[in-house]
Amino acid sequence: MNLNKVLKGLLVAVPVLTLAACSSTDEVAATEPTTTANTTQVVEQGLSAEELLRQQLEALRQDNTIYFDFDKSEIRSEFASVLEAHAAFLRARTNITVTVEGHTDARGTPEYNIALGERRGQSVTQYLANLGVSAGQMSVVSYGEEKPAVEGNDESAFSKNRRAVLVY
Amino acid sequence: MAFALVLSAKSYASLEIVITDGVDSARPVAIVPFKFEGTTMPNQRIADIVSADLMRSGKFNPIAATRMPQQPTNSKEIDYQRWMKQGVEAVVTGTIREVGMNRYAVRFELVDVFKGASGAGSSSAIIGGQLTTGLTHVLDARETTINGDQFRQYAHRISDIVYEKLTGERGAFLTKIAYVLVRDKADFRYQLVVADYDGENEQVLLRAKEPLMSPAWSPDGTKLAYVTFEKRQSQIYIQDIYTGRRSILTSFKGINSAPKWSPDGRKMAMVLSKDGNAEVYVMDIATKALTKLTNHRRIDTEPSWSPDGSKIVFSSERGGNPQIYSVNVASGVTERVTFEGEMNLAASYTPDGLGIVMVNRTNGQYNIARMDVESRYMQVLTRTYLDESPSIAPNGSMIIYSTLYGSSQVLALVSMDGRFKARLPATNGRVKSPAWSPFL
Repeated sequence: MNLNKVLKGLLVAVPVLTLAACSSTDEVAATEPTTTANTTQVVEQGLSAEELLRQQLEALRQDNTIYFDFDKSEIRSEFASVLEAHAAFLRARTNITVTVEGHTDARGTPEYNIALGERRGQSVTQYLANLGVSAGQMSVVSYGEEKPAVEGNDESAFSKNRRAVLVY
Repeated sequence: MAFALVLSAKSYASLEIVITDGVDSARPVAIVPFKFEGTTMPNQRIADIVSADLMRSGKFNPIAATRMPQQPTNSKEIDYQRWMKQGVEAVVTGTIREVGMNRYAVRFELVDVFKGASGAGSSSAIIGGQLTTGLTHVLDARETTINGDQFRQYAHRISDIVYEKLTGERGAFLTKIAYVLVRDKADFRYQLVVADYDGENEQVLLRAKEPLMSPAWSPDGTKLAYVTFEKRQSQIYIQDIYTGRRSILTSFKGINSAPKWSPDGRKMAMVLSKDGNAEVYVMDIATKALTKLTNHRRIDTEPSWSPDGSKIVFSSERGGNPQIYSVNVASGVTERVTFEGEMNLAASYTPDGLGIVMVNRTNGQYNIARMDVESRYMQVLTRTYLDESPSIAPNGSMIIYSTLYGSSQVLALVSMDGRFKARLPATNGRVKSPAWSPFL
């Protein structure tokens, strides 16, 4: 029975580490004690750690986009609860990293929009940092106007493209 | 693999030039179809290429062959009175003689119709207060032997000569443009393309799955600097156009953006945010030593060198909305350049250093504008929608930029005085970030 438990733990631990390695860059410490502790605890509750993480990530991915006003990078209050959810997850999972992608609408110039997109990404990471997320878990990449979420050149499309996306 | 290096591959963007404004005010000239002597006709028509070049310059309106009163093959055959009546200022005549296997002797003459008329006719020998004598009506005459695959290039050379003789300004018909082609359905969506200035001879230099941005020419015309996102972050690369070899220039944390070569080719101005904010830097390309030129918590970006390399203009939000500033590279002394309009972005000096071309936002419209440096007089040149990425021809005659036409991004041309306008729609994708080469 003990052996069984250990085996289960191993089976679970390997996919989690793989996930962590995928979602992060070089700084993944593959054998952090916290991972193991979480894993064991979850197994005893009957839901595998892998499954729990998968569900959590799926829920977070459903709601991972922050929209901005034109030429602005301030976080609107309506997105506070979304960011709090992400912050809670990242605080609990210190081995998981998130990339915040900053985007703009098509107006203005591509190079200016790269800077504006980074501003938006930084607003999000700063917000998360204020909620206790470690800086080492977060990175920003700005795509400016290069990767619109929606095609089109009216305000409806513009407003959907002025965004920051949290990517795990 | 996130990118692919490509040499000599066609992208088939097929830029086609549609002139939208300004032909009426252009000077009428005629490029008479060149007479061919030989057996194997070359498939490139020199007269058509020269006509198209001159028309695209915005300064000339070459008349159609069907409207020509005669088709002379040299200056002696020209009936000047008939061309005068047609209002044609200058005529180009020529012959192509097959002189060997795939070898052709091309001869052309550029003739001033008014001077020719006054010399040939007996009614008047004084035009504009000047006595015209001898062969002064033949402004240029040359014969050159070329290979069968050099017709296009030599035609552009003739255009350069004609343009310079008639305007006093160097022609830019042998230059190239680099641009980014985005094909939404392709596996490698982003392509970095180099083509002749007229869209011919397209070569794809790089295909990528992630965005490509900001191509910039080295002053000797052999290399491009550009920005990629292959590694899920922006990086600045330098690529040799002829060998395809590329090397990474910067890969700092944060943004690596907006590279622009110094006029002497030894330094690169760029925007980095490695210390938290987007700031303008200059990097010595050989040593990679960095000098930080701006230091402000608001956005600073889009550096561009003055022709003498002493100053860099850039966009900054330090006064609220983005406006153009200039910084002295040696002293760091910074001054604000633009005050008109809700925003001004993407500035670059004209080759003579007397003007600055930029994207101006007024009443929410983004258009290309030119400001006189001395008087600060600003003229909006375009009426197109969402204009960006202006790049100036090396002779300062024309600006190529990216704009929205219908629902797609296309390239467009506008002359420096704003009178001539043309569109270069691509048939198979969105085209952006044009960069006009230096003289090659």
